[in-house]
Amino acid sequence: MAVKKAAAVARTPPENRTIIDKLWDAHAITTREDGTSLLWIDRHLLHEGSFHAFDQLAKRGAGVAHPELTFGIADHYAPTRGRDGSVANPEIARMLDQLSANTARHGLRLIGLRDPRQGIVHVAIPEQGLTLPGLTVVCGDSHTSTHGAFGAFAFGIGASEVAHVLMTQTLWQKRPHRMRIVVDGPLGPGITAKDVALTIIARIGADGAQGCAIEYAGSAVRALSMEGRMTLCNLSIESGGRLGLVAPDETTFAWLRGRPFAPQGAAFDAAAEDWRELASDPDAAFDREASFSGVEIAPTVTWGVSPEHAAPIDATVPDPARIADEGRAQAVRDALAYMDLRAGMRLDEIRIDRVFIGSCTNSRIEDLRAAAAVLAGRKAAAPGLVSPGSSAVKRQAEEEGLDRIFREAGLEWVESGCSMCVGMNGDIVPAGERCASTTNRNFKGRQGPGSRTHLMSPAMVAAAAVTGRLTDARALLAGREVVG
Amino acid sequence: MKPFDSLETPAIPLALANVDTDQLIPARFMKRPRSEGYGPFLLHDMREGPEGPVANPLDDPRRAGAAVLVARRNFGCGSSREAAVYALADFGVRCVIAPSFGDIFASNAVKNGLLPARVSEEDAEALLGSAWVEDGRALRVDLAAQTVTAGNLVVAFAIDPVWKTQLLNGWDDIDLTLAERPAIARFRERDAAARPWAGLAPGD
Repeated sequence: MAVKKAAAVARTPPENRTIIDKLWDAHAITTREDGTSLLWIDRHLLHEGSFHAFDQLAKRGAGVAHPELTFGIADHYAPTRGRDGSVANPEIARMLDQLSANTARHGLRLIGLRDPRQGIVHVAIPEQGLTLPGLTVVCGDSHTSTHGAFGAFAFGIGASEVAHVLMTQTLWQKRPHRMRIVVDGPLGPGITAKDVALTIIARIGADGAQGCAIEYAGSAVRALSMEGRMTLCNLSIESGGRLGLVAPDETTFAWLRGRPFAPQGAAFDAAAEDWRELASDPDAAFDREASFSGVEIAPTVTWGVSPEHAAPIDATVPDPARIADEGRAQAVRDALAYMDLRAGMRLDEIRIDRVFIGSCTNSRIEDLRAAAAVLAGRKAAAPGLVSPGSSAVKRQAEEEGLDRIFREAGLEWVESGCSMCVGMNGDIVPAGERCASTTNRNFKGRQGPGSRTHLMSPAMVAAAAVTGRLTDARALLAGREVVG
Repeated sequence: MKPFDSLETPAIPLALANVDTDQLIPARFMKRPRSEGYGPFLLHDMREGPEGPVANPLDDPRRAGAAVLVARRNFGCGSSREAAVYALADFGVRCVIAPSFGDIFASNAVKNGLLPARVSEEDAEALLGSAWVEDGRALRVDLAAQTVTAGNLVVAFAIDPVWKTQLLNGWDDIDLTLAERPAIARFRERDAAARPWAGLAPGD
């Protein structure tokens, strides 16, 4: 009967499927006439903000269906200083205690604040080998798309869906449209995945991929490290995408091999055989396509209050008087007023008050190396915070001496967590201040009430720190080597 | 979940694009339990400045009791925080009309009985610019007919048919899923053979 039901479902012919179709078909338990499928969820990740879902469980008196597939991790409210003692802020201590109590009550594994594996969920969970190609991964966090870097079908969900996954290990989902974004050709020196992502968002818009699952393809994407792929997939949600992914390949397998929760030895090799089959078939059709030329991508920064407000560093702030569409012109006027910028001014004239290097977007070892390459032997003209993405990244950076470079430049080197990207732990940008930030959202008040955010790559943030204004990092990287 | 049929209330015109969920509820208010009510924090930083309350469309006395909000494209983009929907619902909003919505926001909305009604850009502008809405007169939202009526202006809206059925009936996903338990068990059996690398052993 199960077979009959599955056969009745309209599917793309098996030889012409995209990676998105293959992942979907492998997880569809049943499909209703209206096209909604019940999907099996392989990995479920929780953080302190997940308490609403546990409250829903308590209301129903329900339990967790598959406790072995859910992991809790302390990141959103994690203090970045003074972790050895007790947490000073009682409200934040309560958020952390709540996560411990909820995970303990339901027998879920927890990577707590003082666990050596602690870190931002989208950095630390992949490090443990918990994210694998071919899995569905969900978390009550929109940047769950990060895990797509491994060829996983990974997306953010709300609290009601978190409760649903806890109770059933499944989710009802509408099949997303399939979008392919191709970036071909080499990237120029000093150009990173962050520049690629911001360039994509600026062109297609903050809702350009709404309703879509994105496959990133092309030679520039293939050439990215896993860290770069994670940055690219992370920002899928900022173009409205439901998720973003990259087909797994030898880069993926080399990164995963030997990680604690990944299959080991011969089992890994057998799994990799299956994973190679996930790549989109050569004739597979996508619902939408967009393509970019790698060599044309410049260091990119945001000037406004949406990630789509992004432009190359040598451009100028747009002039609303020159925008014909009144709605768009008004949005630009509103953004410039909030950001306190003048229409037509050069982006590299914008002075900054503060820098932040961290977040699930750009806090991995490669990001810290790129920032350190700019900062080595130089002083920062503005104060700032460097928060590595995980405790493991922090240890590695310290082994490489990167922490010393940041400290000697005058920046603060702190513990790992979501920190100043979202300000929940108290790390905020004071009202009216302007921050050059490696994070993912320049929304009004995102980094604190009245804060002004400019998004850019780690090297670009480091360059802004050195000069005190938005700056093309390539000028400061000349003759310096970035260790990949 | 309370079924959604129709509404007849004033509407709040919010002539902004890309209203993200960080604006709908700033992160610093999300530590509270839902039972305390999230309504006071809806669009908090737009309503409260450093020197006290700021004039804004939400607190306009002409629209007291408004249960509809009209906005520009990409409403509810950004963070997956369901608290954004809690803030709207606790404030009294049961329907948001906009040309497009963030995917996660729209899904969260439906799960809380809040209707995300998709209209064309032109119709959104017509509603935002209408004296009827501006004056705080009641407009009518009819889910079965998928129309919004503001005086002589009648606008059609789109809603995913699955969500429409769910909203009209006040259905809850969990009940639908629990009925699928046999299908889930059969899936588990064939999946274990197809993807032996996907599972995890229970932890210590």
